[in-house]
Amino acid sequence: MTQLIRVEDLRVVAGDPGSEVEIVKGVSFALEKGEVLALIGESGSGKTTIALALLGYARRGCRLSGGVVQVGEHDMLALDETQLQGLRGNRVSYVAQSAAAAFNPAKKLLDQVVEGPLIHGLGTRAELEAKAIGLFRDLALPNPERIGRRYPHQVSGGQLQRVMAAMALISDPLLVVLDEPTTALDVTTQIDVLRAFKRVVRERGATAVYVSHDLAVVAQMADQIVVLNGGQILERSATAPLLKAPAHEYTRSLLAAARPDTRIRPPCGVAEEAPLLTITGLTAGYGNKNLHGMPAIRVLEDIDLTVRRGQAIGVIGESGSGKSTLARVVAGLLTPALGGLTFDGQPLGGSLSERTPEQFRRIQMVFQNADTALNPMHSVATILSRPLKMYFGLKGAALQVRIGELLDLVRLPRDMADRRPNELSGGQKQRVNLARALAAKPDLILCDEVTSALDTVVGAAILELLRDLRQQLGVSYLFISHDISTVRALCDDIVVMYSGHKVHAGRRESFAEAPYHPYTDLLIHSVPELRQGWLETCGATHGELPPIGERANLPELCTFLNRCPMRIDGLCNRTAPNRRTLDNGSEILCHRDAADLLATQRGVTPTSFGAYA
Amino acid sequence: MNSHTLWLICRRLGAGVVTLLIVSMVVFAITAVLPGDAAQQSLGQFATPEQVAALRLKLGLDQPGVLRYLHWLMNLLTGDMGQSVSNAMPVGELMAGRVPNTLMLAAATALVSVPLALILGIGSAMGRGGRIDSCLSFITLAMVAVPEFLVATLAVLIFAVNLGWLSALSYATDITSPLQFLRTYALPVMTLCCVIVAQMARMTRAAVIDQLDSPYVEMARLKGVSPIRIVLRHALPNAIGPIANAIALSLSYLLGGVVIVETIFNYPGIASLMVDAVTNRDMALVQACTMLFCAAYLALVLLADLCAILSNPRLRNQ
Amino acid sequence: MNPLIAKSRPASSALALAKVSGNPSWLGLVGAAVCVIWLLVALFGPWLAPHPVGEVISDNIFEGFSLAHPFGTDYLGRDMLSRVLVGARFTVGLSLVAALLASFFGTGCALLSVVSPKWLDEIISRIMDAFISIPSKMLALIMVSAFGSSVTLLICTAVISYIPGSFRVARSMAVNIEALEYVQVARTRGEGKLYVACREILPNMLNPVLTDLGLRFGYIVLLLSGMSFLGLGVQPPDADLGSLVRENIGGLNQGAMAIIIPALAIGTLTIGVNLLIDYLSSRRGRRAGGH
Repeated sequence: MTQLIRVEDLRVVAGDPGSEVEIVKGVSFALEKGEVLALIGESGSGKTTIALALLGYARRGCRLSGGVVQVGEHDMLALDETQLQGLRGNRVSYVAQSAAAAFNPAKKLLDQVVEGPLIHGLGTRAELEAKAIGLFRDLALPNPERIGRRYPHQVSGGQLQRVMAAMALISDPLLVVLDEPTTALDVTTQIDVLRAFKRVVRERGATAVYVSHDLAVVAQMADQIVVLNGGQILERSATAPLLKAPAHEYTRSLLAAARPDTRIRPPCGVAEEAPLLTITGLTAGYGNKNLHGMPAIRVLEDIDLTVRRGQAIGVIGESGSGKSTLARVVAGLLTPALGGLTFDGQPLGGSLSERTPEQFRRIQMVFQNADTALNPMHSVATILSRPLKMYFGLKGAALQVRIGELLDLVRLPRDMADRRPNELSGGQKQRVNLARALAAKPDLILCDEVTSALDTVVGAAILELLRDLRQQLGVSYLFISHDISTVRALCDDIVVMYSGHKVHAGRRESFAEAPYHPYTDLLIHSVPELRQGWLETCGATHGELPPIGERANLPELCTFLNRCPMRIDGLCNRTAPNRRTLDNGSEILCHRDAADLLATQRGVTPTSFGAYA
Repeated sequence: MNSHTLWLICRRLGAGVVTLLIVSMVVFAITAVLPGDAAQQSLGQFATPEQVAALRLKLGLDQPGVLRYLHWLMNLLTGDMGQSVSNAMPVGELMAGRVPNTLMLAAATALVSVPLALILGIGSAMGRGGRIDSCLSFITLAMVAVPEFLVATLAVLIFAVNLGWLSALSYATDITSPLQFLRTYALPVMTLCCVIVAQMARMTRAAVIDQLDSPYVEMARLKGVSPIRIVLRHALPNAIGPIANAIALSLSYLLGGVVIVETIFNYPGIASLMVDAVTNRDMALVQACTMLFCAAYLALVLLADLCAILSNPRLRNQ
Repeated sequence: MNPLIAKSRPASSALALAKVSGNPSWLGLVGAAVCVIWLLVALFGPWLAPHPVGEVISDNIFEGFSLAHPFGTDYLGRDMLSRVLVGARFTVGLSLVAALLASFFGTGCALLSVVSPKWLDEIISRIMDAFISIPSKMLALIMVSAFGSSVTLLICTAVISYIPGSFRVARSMAVNIEALEYVQVARTRGEGKLYVACREILPNMLNPVLTDLGLRFGYIVLLLSGMSFLGLGVQPPDADLGSLVRENIGGLNQGAMAIIIPALAIGTLTIGVNLLIDYLSSRRGRRAGGH
């Protein structure tokens, strides 16, 4: 085998001339033909910058300042712009993170797929189009002959990502660079895309560099792993040994943080029986209301939920499932169309103006994006003092003492009080965010994807903090996340939402073992595991769905119908499903009973939570 | 084209009509209701109360403002714009004689300025940060801020007074040869173009750069697409909306600029007619001219919006 | 004047315009210096004037440069330097007052409409939309024709013309900020509308609002001098820079300084303001982008 790709002492600088900062500090690695190498690291590790350097490209404000990037017979750093143009999209190709943004919205997909090879003179339009359709078919895109005639906005995210892979592969490149290609996707979509990628890469013997922050995804795709941090290589090894026995401390912390539920468990005995928040028959949505007061776009349908004092309830679901809307309704930011809320025995108004100051105090919200959750013009002290003044009338020394206590509580040094949010790191911001909610001494904290925007290690630390705070203060959480493992690390009960419906709810333990709702099953089995070969053996979403007849014109029909592997023709598409309670106490919205579900789902219990099953 | 797009277009057209109605109310309110008694004003201080009352009855001023407004609006819609007091002529006739001149001026300006601005804007977007771009950027920034009477006076000084190439005064009559046409129109068109080209070029540059910074352009670059093709085939189709908007807004600026330019060059267009009407407080004429200008402005903006809707594939085929 | 920025629908483009320009920073300093000089002239000009503004001090009209009259004399033989020094106070003063008022009311309405219920927001936006469809010069012309020209009327006209533009810019920013999570947190904390508007939203849009104020000042200078140039602005015996151009237009074919100086004065003022704004917003853009 020969080394196809050789990167030696690559250096990239950023910033204005004169005040340049090195962001990639002498990185070297090599790759043989047919291998897949993964660059893994957290935000700011320089992984994308290195990936782009493989195409001889640096983003605006960056400059490739030194080293060698040898791709086949070409040194990408020694070529001029015209020569590079000839190689890009021809010998080296690129798959971007967000396909939705990386396709030109004004051009049809097929035109964009064949544009590169047409420019490079790799064939006639007809040949290339035929080849593209073949690739679409290989990548398991639905309706491969016709999908290319659509515009990007007419195709779903997972499909676009596969079209982009076809665009990268159509020129039979020496090297494909995949930059976080599944990060923007839901887990249930990610698994299909990963499978498609892996198959084409293997079948065509393509050499690839795969950039990701997710070790579990990388474990499925890569032969070699390079661990990056701060623009430097910390560890470089074949995949299996790296996963088994990581040499570097940082790699170990990455591995530990990857699946928080294997390390963190919710505290026991905090939850009491008394209900704190009760949601009954909640329907809500956006847009103009019709004659019956129903919004044009209904996001939540008939949700019932009870949060007990001291309890943590996790709400999971993919994007568009309505989980964040649920939090907004409870917070009073969105007025429900139907149904009611009760808080500690008192009715809770649907809009902000109907709530009492005491209710405002007792329900606090923590948002996903710490960057936008803190007012950049206010200092940390100002941010924390506002609820203290407002709810408790604290002033002077008492106020300062309490601010200090709050910072201690979230494990931030007290001298942070004078800083502005833009002087804090992402994790620190999220802690301030949390401290602000705690300042009100709330009974219920609504956490909307609080760890999603953070790097895994930082996110795991925040989870731990949340767990300890709950133990210490007895506060309840409504914890919203798309990631089942973070929910399992923190919550007693879990609610699964799918397109506005509560399809499954149960104790945390009941999510360790079948039977589940078919969607829960899909969700659980789509989360990549930290072992090689998982992708090939996992049971989720495979094969053809059973054929089904025309659906009845009933709005109450099961919303998961189109993707359900267990649907029954004549039943699921004709009548609305019922709520049923399974033996393990969980409640599902499905036509299938426990025995049916068990029969299909048995034997595919994932290993990672055998530990506490 | 589908029903959704059609609905969008209809809604936009509807909104335009409503806006024009509100504008007509504002114009009528300012010119006919707020200033007080037009009969007293036109007869002067020494008129007897009987004379004033008689004139008021004749002008229909004894009716409430709303009725007068509706009456005025109906007349406007049927093309009856009243009588110009200072010229003793029907307003419609007066305007009909002037509108073609102004249209001619506007058309000549648009014909020169739009292509020039697009070339400058796209060119400097392509060479962003380079010397040409910095230069153009400074020049356009300065030009945008220059009053047109400064441009006009300097141009007259240079071309008419010092060089003697062109006449300082324009007469739109008796144009027989292209040379004469050029001599007549060169200065006013040049003056108008200066500011408009600068504005349009800046907005075009911003719109194109906005697209050039988007991920799909980076993707195209990484596909090996050449810079020129990136701008022409990738960025421009997506910038049509904002560019159309820029053109419409700049051309609608023409409507304001033309007021000054027609006055300076003594050009017999609709704007100089309006300035005279304002000086003579010839209300019927002022109202009609204002409505014409506002309608033209709205039409331009509307056209740009339609361009933006139609050029957006998300809206074209859903 | 520049309605495309004042009236451009996506308000951010006005700021984008300035943000992306690649002008060097010394131009910004030049702009700042020009602005400061004009401000000083507006404040102290009348005291610096060597001659009384209305006094005919020379027998020669349209005189050129001389030590006694550095800017020459006008069509009646009055000292141009004195007239420019006094006229600048009108131009700068009126425009500044009008720009401040327009920005104040525009931003105020924007904040009001963002924290108000939807129907009120809708009504305010509709009215502003209608006013924005009347080109500022047209509004000025009909106002003058209806009420006659006076300083108060000119200020009112400029304010009314530029409130909608300022409203649009401010509202689009306020809407974006209002959607941010820290504002949502404040709302769910039970904060009043006034607090949300003034403490959470306003501080974060202050910079762009000030930039917009500067731009608007430039347009108002152009509008008012344009009106004066038409003889419909500041009325004699007072004269602003625009009126000076108008009253000396007879000297155009002699290339008299009396007409060039005031026209150039307006040009330097507006260019200076634009350069300064361009510099300030490009610096902010870099800071935001670099973070």
